[in-house]
Amino acid sequence: MSAASRAEAPAFVAKTKVGRITDFVDERVGGSGILREFGRKVFPDHWSFMFGEVALYSFVILLLSGTFLTFFFDPSMAETHYDGSYLPLKNVEMSVAYSTSLDISFDVRGGLFMRQVHHWAALLFVASIAVHMLRVFFTGAFRKPREMNWVVGSVLLILAMAAGFTGYSLPDDLLSGNGLRIIDGVMKAIPVVGTYISFFFFGGEFPGTAVIGRLYMLHILLVPALILLMIVLHLFMVVVHKHTQYPGPGRNDGNVVGYPLGPVYAAKAGGFFFIVFGVIALMAGFFTINPIWNYGPYDPSPVSAGTQPDWYIGFVDGALRLMPGVIGDFQFEYVVFGYTLTLNVLLPALVPAGILFTVMFMYPWIESWITKDTREHHVLDRPRNAPTRTAIGVAGFVWYCVMWAAAGSDLIATHFRVSLNDVTYWLRALFFIGPVIAFMVAKRVALALQRKDREIALHGRETGRIVRLPHGEFIEVHAPLDEYKRYKLVGFESPAPLPAVANDHGIVTRKEKQRAFLSKWFFEDRVAPATPAELEAAHGHPAHPAVEAGQESKSLSH
Amino acid sequence: MGNHSDGSPNHSGTVATAGQNEVEKFQDPGIPPHRLRLADTDPKAAKRAERQVAVLFGASVVGTLIFLVAYFAIDLGDGTSIATIRLQNALLGLGTAFAMLGIGTGIVHWAKALMPDHEVSEERHPIRTEEDRLAAVRIVDDIVEETGIKRRPLIRNTLLGAVALAPLPAIAVFGDLGPRPDRALAHTMWAPQEGKLKRLTRDPDGTPIKASDVTIGSAFHVIPEGLNELPEGKLNEKAKAVVLLMRLDPASLNPSEGREDWSYNGIVAYSKICTHVGCPVALYEQQTHHLLCPCHQSTFDLTNECKVIFGPASRPLPQLPIAVDAEGYLVATSDFNEPVGPSYWERDEHERSIKS
Amino acid sequence: MKALSQKRRHPLAVIALLLMGLLVTGGLYAVATTVNEAKASTSGYTANDVEEGGKLFVANCATCHGMGASGTANGPSLVGVGAASVDFQVGTGRMPMQMNGPQAQKKPAQFNDEQTRQLSGYVASLGAGPAIPEEGLLDEKGDAAAGGELFRVNCAMCHNAAAAGGALTRGKFAPALADVSGKHIYEAMVTGPQNMPVFSDTNVTPEGKRDVVTFLKQIEANGSPGGADLGALGPVSEGLFVWIAGLGVIIAFTIWLTSRTS
Repeated sequence: MSAASRAEAPAFVAKTKVGRITDFVDERVGGSGILREFGRKVFPDHWSFMFGEVALYSFVILLLSGTFLTFFFDPSMAETHYDGSYLPLKNVEMSVAYSTSLDISFDVRGGLFMRQVHHWAALLFVASIAVHMLRVFFTGAFRKPREMNWVVGSVLLILAMAAGFTGYSLPDDLLSGNGLRIIDGVMKAIPVVGTYISFFFFGGEFPGTAVIGRLYMLHILLVPALILLMIVLHLFMVVVHKHTQYPGPGRNDGNVVGYPLGPVYAAKAGGFFFIVFGVIALMAGFFTINPIWNYGPYDPSPVSAGTQPDWYIGFVDGALRLMPGVIGDFQFEYVVFGYTLTLNVLLPALVPAGILFTVMFMYPWIESWITKDTREHHVLDRPRNAPTRTAIGVAGFVWYCVMWAAAGSDLIATHFRVSLNDVTYWLRALFFIGPVIAFMVAKRVALALQRKDREIALHGRETGRIVRLPHGEFIEVHAPLDEYKRYKLVGFESPAPLPAVANDHGIVTRKEKQRAFLSKWFFEDRVAPATPAELEAAHGHPAHPAVEAGQESKSLSH
Repeated sequence: MGNHSDGSPNHSGTVATAGQNEVEKFQDPGIPPHRLRLADTDPKAAKRAERQVAVLFGASVVGTLIFLVAYFAIDLGDGTSIATIRLQNALLGLGTAFAMLGIGTGIVHWAKALMPDHEVSEERHPIRTEEDRLAAVRIVDDIVEETGIKRRPLIRNTLLGAVALAPLPAIAVFGDLGPRPDRALAHTMWAPQEGKLKRLTRDPDGTPIKASDVTIGSAFHVIPEGLNELPEGKLNEKAKAVVLLMRLDPASLNPSEGREDWSYNGIVAYSKICTHVGCPVALYEQQTHHLLCPCHQSTFDLTNECKVIFGPASRPLPQLPIAVDAEGYLVATSDFNEPVGPSYWERDEHERSIKS
Repeated sequence: MKALSQKRRHPLAVIALLLMGLLVTGGLYAVATTVNEAKASTSGYTANDVEEGGKLFVANCATCHGMGASGTANGPSLVGVGAASVDFQVGTGRMPMQMNGPQAQKKPAQFNDEQTRQLSGYVASLGAGPAIPEEGLLDEKGDAAAGGELFRVNCAMCHNAAAAGGALTRGKFAPALADVSGKHIYEAMVTGPQNMPVFSDTNVTPEGKRDVVTFLKQIEANGSPGGADLGALGPVSEGLFVWIAGLGVIIAFTIWLTSRTS
C-alpha cells in the first residue's frame, strides 16, 4: 500500500444503495473476501440437519434469558424470612437464593416467564444436542475428516449437562437440594479423596453456606464461556469441512448440493431462530416448569416423592437405582485395609456413564480401525446401509433408555399400576439383555430394509393395482422407478469383511487377527446394492412373458 | 449366521467391494431436473404467497402488542392472585410466541415460496493440497529438528518434569475451598452435652416428645433439642441429626445382642439419612414396617434393625439409642454408634473409634 | 400419508399448526380447579343411628371384619378405630373392598352420607377412637405457610410436595390429594389408614392439621402460576414433555422448513 494508491479514488462504484453500503463497510473492514467465500456457499437441506441449529439457538435464548435472571437473583445462602407475595410460603425461613428465585417468579413482571423460558430452553438445548448427535452417529457423519468435530460435539454435550446441573441447583429449593445431597453422597463414595472433595466442594460439611455461590459462578461464567469456545471451534470446523449430504442423484464426495447461503439458506436458518424462540415461548407461557414454590426451601429433613434430576442426568440416577446394594448376604460395601469401599454407589455412578462417554469419544477411531477405511466421507450413509453401526447405535441408545426409565421407576409404578419392585427387577434384567436384543433386532430391520430397497430398485414400487392374468393368477402391478429415485436406492457401498493381512515383517499380529474378526462381525451380514445387470435380468423375467408384452411400461413381479 | 452376502433370491454373484465392480454399478444420473413451483408460473400464486408472508409479519406485530399490553396492564405485588400471575405469564408467552413465530414463519415462507429454489452443486475443495501437506509436515519436522530436543534428552526430561510439576500450585491454591474433613462426619448433635441427655423434639417446631405421645403406628420426624437455637450451621447439624421415631408392637422388634435397651416399649428411633447417598428415608409403611427411600427406593425392614431388603443401599440405617427422662420425655442416651449417612472412605475408621 | 405430506406443504399449514398448538395448550391450561366443601360433622349419634349402623355392618362388613367387628383372618378388628376411620374408609369408597390387593383403592362410595354416619356411629360405640373432626378444624382458615412446613416434613415424602402422590413398595402407593375433601384428609391423618402412619394429636396438633388442610386446599385452589402443571410430577414429566411435545413441534417445523413448496 503506497501513499499514492491510498489517495486514488476506488475504481469500482456500486450502483445500488445496498451495494454502496456493502462497499462502504468493505472498504473499511475488508470483508469482500469473506463475503465472496460465504455469500453463496452451498448448504444441503434436510430436516435432520436442523438439530444443531436448534441447539445453537437454544443456547442464544439461554444467554438472553439468563442475563435477565442474573439481574434479580442473589446466590446467597444467608438465612432470611420470605416476605414476598406468595402466601403459602409467607414468613418461612429460607435462603436468600430461594427467596430471590421466588421474587423473580411472583414479584417481577415477566420474571416467571423468563425463568420458564430459561428452563425449557435448557431442556431443549441438551435434548437437541442429543438428537443431533444421534443423527450424526446413525448417518456416519463422524467419519474422516470430521472425527475431531465429533469429539468437540461430545465435549459440548458434557458441558451442556454441566451447565444444566449447575443451574438446576441454584434456586436452593428442596428438590435441587436433595439432588445436591445425592451428588454429595456420590462424591463421598470416591476412594481416598472422596471426603476431601465433598468438603472442598461444599466448603465444609453438607450443605454449608458456600455451594450456591460457587455453582453460580460456574453456571454463569466458566461453563458458558467453555461452551461458547467449543461452539466457535465446532462451527469453524463445519466451515472447513463443509456440510455432509445425504446420498442421492448428483451427490458425491466431491461436491455439495443444496441452496446457496444467500438468500435462501440464510433466510431459512435465520427464520428458524425465531421459530425455535416462538416454540420455547409457547411452552414457557402455558406449561409450568420447575415449580420451586411447590418444593419449598431446602431443608435436610424433608423430601418429596418423585425426587428426580432433570432428564439429562436421569440416566445416572437410574443406574444408581438399579444397582442392588446387597445380593443374598453379599454387601457391595466392604472394608479393605480399614477403609470403606462403596461399590454400590461407585459402580453405577461411574461405570455406565464412563462406558457411554468413552465409546462415544472413541467410536470414530474404533470404526475406522475395524473397517480400515481412511478415505474422506462427505456423503452420508443411510442408517440401513450400515446395519452393524446402526445396530450398535440402537443398542447403546436402548441401554441409555433403560437407565433413563429407571430414573422414573416410581412414576412408572404409580401410573401403570404396577409394583415398584417389579419395575426395578424388569429394568435390571433389561439393563443386560435390552442392548443385546436391540442390537439383533435393529440389524435385522436394517438388512430387511435394504432388501426392500433392492426389491423396489429391481422390480419397481407397488402400485396397489391388482390384475388378473389370463390363466387366473392375480398379481399386483409394479411401477418402475425413474433413474433418480432408483439411484437413491442403489448408490451406496457395501464393503465385504477385510481378512487379516500380514504386516511388513510377514507376520499376522494378534491385533490384526482381532481386527479381522471384528471386520467379519461388522460386514458379514450385508446386502449388496442392485446392479444394472440384475435390473436387466429382472426385466427379462421369464415367468410372465405374455403380460410383459402387453404392458410395456410395467414391470411385474410376484 | 450362514451366507448373507446377498439379499437377492437369485444370486447374481455380485460382490460389492469398492473398486472391483465400478462398471457394474449404476451410473449417477445427476441432479434431477428442476421442478417449477406454483408461484414461479402463476403470478396469482406469487401474489398470494406475498400476502401470506405479510399476514405472518402482521401477526408478529400483534404478538408484540399483546406482550406489551400484558406487561404494562397487569401489575404484580402483594395480594396479586395466582390466577393473575398465570394470566400474565400466559399472555407474555402468547405474545412472544406470536411475535417470534410470525417473523420466523414469515421469513421461511418467503424463502420457500418466492426466493429461487434451484439446487446448486458446488465443488468440494480438498481441505489442503498435497503440496501443503508435505510442506506442513516438513516445517514441523524442521522446527523439532532445530530445537534439538531429540538429541538432548537432558533438556527434554527436565522440561517434562518441570511442566508436569508446574500445575501443582494451581491445584494447591484450592486447598482453602473447605476445611479438612477430620472427624466431623463421625459425630452428630445427639451426643450428650455436659452429661445432659438430648431430648427428642418435633421437626420443625422443636417441642419435646413424651413417650406417651407416640401411639402405635405413628411416625414422628425428630430433631435434637436445641437445633433450632443454633446460631449457625443449623442445616449442617440437621443434615446429620434428623431421626424418624416410630412405635410398633414391642413383640415385632428383634433387637440383636447389646441393643435390647435402645428402644422404649416398642418406640424406636432411626437415622433418617439413607446409607446409600443420603436422601431422607422418610416413607414409613406402618403395616409392613418398611422404610422406603423416595430417591432410589432402598427399603429397610424396621423389625430387623433396618436391614436392607431392597434397593441400592448396602448398610442398615443407624439406630439412635433412646430412653425416657424423669419428666417422661424421650431422650437419646448417646450419640449414634456409627457415622450416619452415606459411606465415605474413612467411615470404618471412624466407626471403630466410636465403638472403642 | 401422501395426502398429509402434500397438505403439510400448504402455506396455511403453519397457521393451522400454530392454532392447533395454541388450542391444545389452552385446553390443557384451562383445567378447572374445584374446591371441595368440607362437610359438616355430627358428633353425637342416637341409639337409632347405632342400631341402624349395626344392621348395615352385619349385612356388609361382618364377612371380613367379623361379628361385633372383632376381626377375622381376612380383616382387622375395628374395635377402637373410631368414627373417623369408618367415615374415611367408607366415605371415600375404599370400604367395602372390592377385592384383595396391595391396598384398598378409592372408588365411588357405596353408602350414602346417612348410612356412613350410622356405620360410623356403630363402630364408634364399640370402643373409643378418633372422632370425626369438628367443623371448626376444617374451615380452611388456618396458616397455610405453617401447614406447608408441616406437610413437607410429614407428608411430602410419600404424597409429593405438590400432593400429586407417589409410589410405595410392592404395588402400594400414596394417592394424590387433589379432590380429597378436607374432612377425609384430616381423618386420614388421625387414623393412619392402611400403610399411612398415624399422626395423632400429640404428634401434629389439631391446629397443625387445620393448617395442613388449609395449605392443601389453598394450593389446589391456586393452581400453578406457570400454566398447566404437567401432573406436578417434577422433572420426569417435564423431560417427557420437552422430548415429545417440544421436540415434536420443532421437528414438524424443520420438516416444513426443508420441504419444497408445491
